[in-house]
Formats: sequence, structure tokens, C-alpha cells
Amino acid sequence: MKTPKIKLTVKATSSLNNKTGFWRTQKPVTDNNICIGCSICAKVCPDACIEMILLSDNSKLKPVTNYDYCKGCALCAEECPVKAIKMVNDY
Amino acid sequence: MDKQKQILEGSHAIALTIKNIGPAVVSAYPITPQTHIVEDLAKMKANGEADFEYVRAESEFAAASIVLGASATGVRTYSATSSQGLLLMNEVVYNIAGMRLPLVMTCANRAISAPINIWNDHSDVMSIRDAGWIQLFAADHQEAVYQHILAYKLAETLKIPVMVNVDGFILTHSYEPVLIPNATEIKKYLPPYKPEDESYLDPEKPVTLGAFFAPQHYMETRENLHDDLIASLTLIKKEYKKLTRAFSIQANRTDNGLIEYYGPKKPETILITLGSVTGTIRETIKNNKKVGLLQIKVYRPFPAAEIIKSIKAAKNVAVIEKAISLGGSGPLYADIAASAANKKINLKNYIVGLGGRDVTVKMITQIIKDVPKKNAYLKFIGQI
Repeated sequence: MKTPKIKLTVKATSSLNNKTGFWRTQKPVTDNNICIGCSICAKVCPDACIEMILLSDNSKLKPVTNYDYCKGCALCAEECPVKAIKMVNDY
Repeated sequence: MDKQKQILEGSHAIALTIKNIGPAVVSAYPITPQTHIVEDLAKMKANGEADFEYVRAESEFAAASIVLGASATGVRTYSATSSQGLLLMNEVVYNIAGMRLPLVMTCANRAISAPINIWNDHSDVMSIRDAGWIQLFAADHQEAVYQHILAYKLAETLKIPVMVNVDGFILTHSYEPVLIPNATEIKKYLPPYKPEDESYLDPEKPVTLGAFFAPQHYMETRENLHDDLIASLTLIKKEYKKLTRAFSIQANRTDNGLIEYYGPKKPETILITLGSVTGTIRETIKNNKKVGLLQIKVYRPFPAAEIIKSIKAAKNVAVIEKAISLGGSGPLYADIAASAANKKINLKNYIVGLGGRDVTVKMITQIIKDVPKKNAYLKFIGQI
């Protein structure tokens, strides 16, 4: 069988094809009632998978975690100044 | 057209050739014995004689990374280094080949520390032998000039980086009459570099280069590079022929760009070597009816079949080299031994000239006398 020629350049955003959520053993769960919307969690997330979104029932931006890519590193929970994010087992 | 030979220092001849080839970006960190090459290029830039970007770097790792990045944007690039500099570049050297960037780099071959030593041998280049670069070895100034032009043609055609090896001091700091083709002549043989669409970084058409490759793809990238290197042996021969025509090079009939044989038609003994020691061996055997010389000009890809064809009729073969895989043998010897495994040849390995030790006619004569003897297959020849 002939070895296929592998193209070395890939289209931008193709890293989204590699979902990394299954690497996780713990998942961050945010309590929006405690959250003050400071967005520190979104800034420290190494995978940029926390987005600050205006939820309908709230006047402040709140974090929404994308569990397709969240590896469960817990940086968000560690850095949250009001302890609104809890790590719960996820396996 | 200027057909006048000039008396030039090897480094200056290389720098003039690079200027005429016209890279867009040059980056290097000075290291003996490569320094004069990049000093000359910096001077040309400062004097307004060349219009490439000369990017100063804080280390060889940075210099290699700068030319990698520049090459990834689809332009012609150049760098040069030696010894510890090449070792510091090692990681980037592998990346350049893995990313299939058509970079050309000169290695002014020098020994490796410790003990610290600034003189010539081939230990530096042998440390990146397996990185996936095409490795050319020049015997004299003129050959170095033409190999640099050939290097860009090969690199840009094959998308494989090429290293031109010149012996430190012996070639870089000595003066010889040499002909430097001008920019117009070079352009006829080597047209301006146009990278393939979507193979380089362009903000208008964004792509990722150097991405993560999982087990289902990585192995094929290595196999592709290996196959392309092996297949390039044919192209190198073809391109060398074109080069000799384009620049009216008086090449011997036994010189195909990969290897060159010098000596009697039916030699009893053949000496094989890389680089400038070729000159000393030629001088030693010029009146010898039984001893021939095989100069390897392209070490990677390894022209195994060509070499075997040239040596199979000889009784004795001596591989004379300026490097040692410590605890193994000379790297060139190992390659030839693997290729000649089923041939009845008395194959011996002589390590010479490490750390700049002069290789003399007397030493070569001693080797010629020693080859037919039944004794150790590997010897260091340093004293007479």
C-alpha cells in the first residue's frame, strides 16, 4: 500500500476538532448566585473555554464553561475570589 | 559577464555567493570558524550592497528559530553556524526539516567540547545526521560556491532543508582562486523562490504550520520525509548536471554530484572520504596505479547504491573520516558497512584529523600500507 502524503499545514481553528473534555476527572461547576461576574476564571482558563455571557435572568456577565474542551485543571475554582466554582467528580 | 577568477578567502567566497543568491532574511550568531561568513554578510547589508533583512540573534537557538519563522512565511533564508552553535540549534534543526522548510545553512565544521577546541573535524554535523536535512560536503572553495547554489535549488524544489559543510579554517580561512557567479547568472539557474499555496504562513490565507500530529498521522510524516530524501538522489544527479551546464563547470566524468571517483580504472584499494581531506589524498595517490579515491559529496541522502557500484571490484576499502560515533565506529564507515554487508570487501575505518590535527601525506601513505593487513578494523591515525 502506498503511504499517503500528509499535508503539514492545517486550516486555522482545526484544533477545535480535538476535543479534550474527556481528559477530565473533575469538572468545575459554577454557582451563579454566588458569582460576582468578575471574569477572573475566564482570564485564567489555559484552554480559553470559559466565556462570559449575559444570561437572561441576570444583569451581570456570568461564566459559561465549554465542557467539550475543559480538562478540569481547576485553575478557575482556585482563583475564584468568592469560591463560586466547585470541583466535582466527573468519571 | 565577469568570468574573472578572484583570490578569495573561503568565507568571503561563500558570503559573496549568498549575496548573489539573494535571500530575504539572514540570521546568525557568530561562532568560530563560521564568523567571517556572517560578518561579511552583515557588512554587505550595512554598506547597502545587499537588501536582505539581517536579524541579529542572542544565540544560535534564536538565530535558527528566526530563519525558521522567516522561511515559514515563504521567503528565501540563510544561516550559518559551527560546532557548539549547531548543538544549540539542534532542536530547531529537527523542526526545520519536520516542517519541510527550504532553508539553507552553512556548517563550518568544527570539533565539539569538551575539551574545548575550535579547530576542524566533522563531529558537529554528525550530531544532526538523522535530522532529515540534505547534507553536502565541499572539498574546496569552488565546490563550496557551487554547492550553495545547488543547495537552494534542491531545498526549494524538494521542500527539504540543505546544509553545506565546509571544513573550518581549512576552507573558511584559506585563500584560493575562485569564480563567483553573478546574480544574473544565478537567477537563470535558480529562479526567485515561490512557495506552494497554503504551504506557508500568510495572514490573508491563514493556516497552521507545525501543528500537533497524533499517532494516526505522525508516522507517515516521517515516512514521507524519508521517501522524499531517498528519491532526491535522482534529482540531485539531474540538478548537478544542469548546474555544470549552467555555470560551465569542468566536471570529471566520474563526478555525478553525489560522489566522485579519482584514480586508476582497476584499483586494488579505494579510500573513501568527505570534505577537504580529498585534496591531501589526491596529492598522495596521484602517481599510484593501485589506489583510488572516492569522495562523498552528498552524505544525506546516503548514495549507498552509487558507492557500492564504485567499490565492489576493489579488494580493500578504507573509510577515512574526521568523526567518531564514540563506542561505535566512524559514522560514514557504519553507513558503508551496512550497505556492503553481503560484499566480500576488506573494509576498514581510519579516524583522522580530530580537533584540527593535520592530516598529512605521510598519514595517508601509512593508511594505504595498513589497509590490506589483517588487523583491527578501526584505528585512530594521529601520529607518524
